[in-house]
Amino acid sequence: MIERLRIAIVDAGIGNLRSVQKGFEHVGVSPVPTDDPVVIADAHAVVLPGVASFGDGMAGLRARGLDSAILAVIERGVPFLGICVGLQLLFGSSEEMGTHRGLGILPGQVKRFSASLTVPHMGWNQLEQQRPHPLLANIPDGAFVYFANSYHAVTDDESIIVATTEYGTHFPSVVARDNVWAIQFHPEKSQETGLTMLRNFVENVYDRLPGH
Amino acid sequence: MLTKRIIPCLDVKDGRVVKGVQFVHLRDAGDPVEQAQIYGEEAADELVFLDITASHEQRGLTLEMARRVAETVFIPFTVGGGIGSVDDMRAIIATGADKVSINTAAVRDPDLITQGARAFGSNAVVVAIDARRCVGGSQLTWETTTHGGRRRTGLDAIEWAVECERRGAGEILLTSMDCDGTKAGYDVELTKTVADAVSIPVIASGGAGALEHFYDVLTTGCADAALVASLFHFREMSIAQVKTYLAGRGVWVRR
Repeated sequence: MIERLRIAIVDAGIGNLRSVQKGFEHVGVSPVPTDDPVVIADAHAVVLPGVASFGDGMAGLRARGLDSAILAVIERGVPFLGICVGLQLLFGSSEEMGTHRGLGILPGQVKRFSASLTVPHMGWNQLEQQRPHPLLANIPDGAFVYFANSYHAVTDDESIIVATTEYGTHFPSVVARDNVWAIQFHPEKSQETGLTMLRNFVENVYDRLPGH
Repeated sequence: MLTKRIIPCLDVKDGRVVKGVQFVHLRDAGDPVEQAQIYGEEAADELVFLDITASHEQRGLTLEMARRVAETVFIPFTVGGGIGSVDDMRAIIATGADKVSINTAAVRDPDLITQGARAFGSNAVVVAIDARRCVGGSQLTWETTTHGGRRRTGLDAIEWAVECERRGAGEILLTSMDCDGTKAGYDVELTKTVADAVSIPVIASGGAGALEHFYDVLTTGCADAALVASLFHFREMSIAQVKTYLAGRGVWVRR
């Protein structure tokens, strides 16, 4: 029963989780926003959203012991979805307002867009699919999604790049390695394309459940 | 490539749309959710709700409206009008709205921009600037006004836009009080002057009346987005029409 899935939305106390939650509710699940490491450890899947800055996000996670809770569920193979700053936090470090150390789960850094561009990168831009991935099932190449970011990931490890987006540079907009999936845009604000991705994630979580 | 955005603006009062789509077959023309759905289906890139509720007691209705919109329409939306404090901003953001737009309160207390950006991120803070051309003087300048253009502030609109960016605004919603309601076109010079002065996105507003007006302000005017109110509400023009036209002239839009 897909609606019984326990999906934890990590609440680092830095942003509005309401819209992500509504997006998931729309695809038939009832995720729980939580800052409790026990709830996170017990979830079928974990979502890390984020609308504030990288530094505040990491500080918010550490203050609540959520960084180690996240590392532990990822280590155990629990499906994980990072959204927006939640993608950026997975990397090694960020230069946003000073240098901050991230979770270091994925290889790479987070950098600011070139000073010659209008920043934030705000609005609808396209996904250039680099390889097939279950998150992008039924989504055509070149689909539009909604971005609002001033920073982007940079990585030498091309194997983690699922899709890129062009804004002065081609930056990774969908990345994935094993059970860790992450997207730079806002799926809950990207109409059918974004909701399809949330549905793809949820269905993948469901299909992985033991005894299913 | 990032697309140029077309953004319908709806006036709401006591949680009801008072200026919106005029459709004969609408079940309830005052329902913000129904209006937002129509625009969402028409590929509006974002929505702006301008709250003109007069009494503070009725503000709860605006929040309830925003909650319902966030549940049903999965595109970004901004709520503006009457926001005077970080607590006001927090209440709106908590509904699932993406951005708040502040105007008079930001002029009165610019620190509100800084505080809002710190609390919710720059991406969530839009500063609305109502600019009016100054008559006389050798150089063309614009003054920031408040209270719907009725009150002068003595603030140069370009300098004020730069100050807003410095304080952490994520976008400027720039309305020309000279062009607003005229349907004679956006103030392209104003828009370009502001867009050149700041590096955050500029949303042009006021004066749309013909297809080429969109083209002019999004190309020559360097606007990132164009805001539209009555033109769409009265179905004089559709979003699809505007986007088809822009695409035909080489402007990158989402369709």
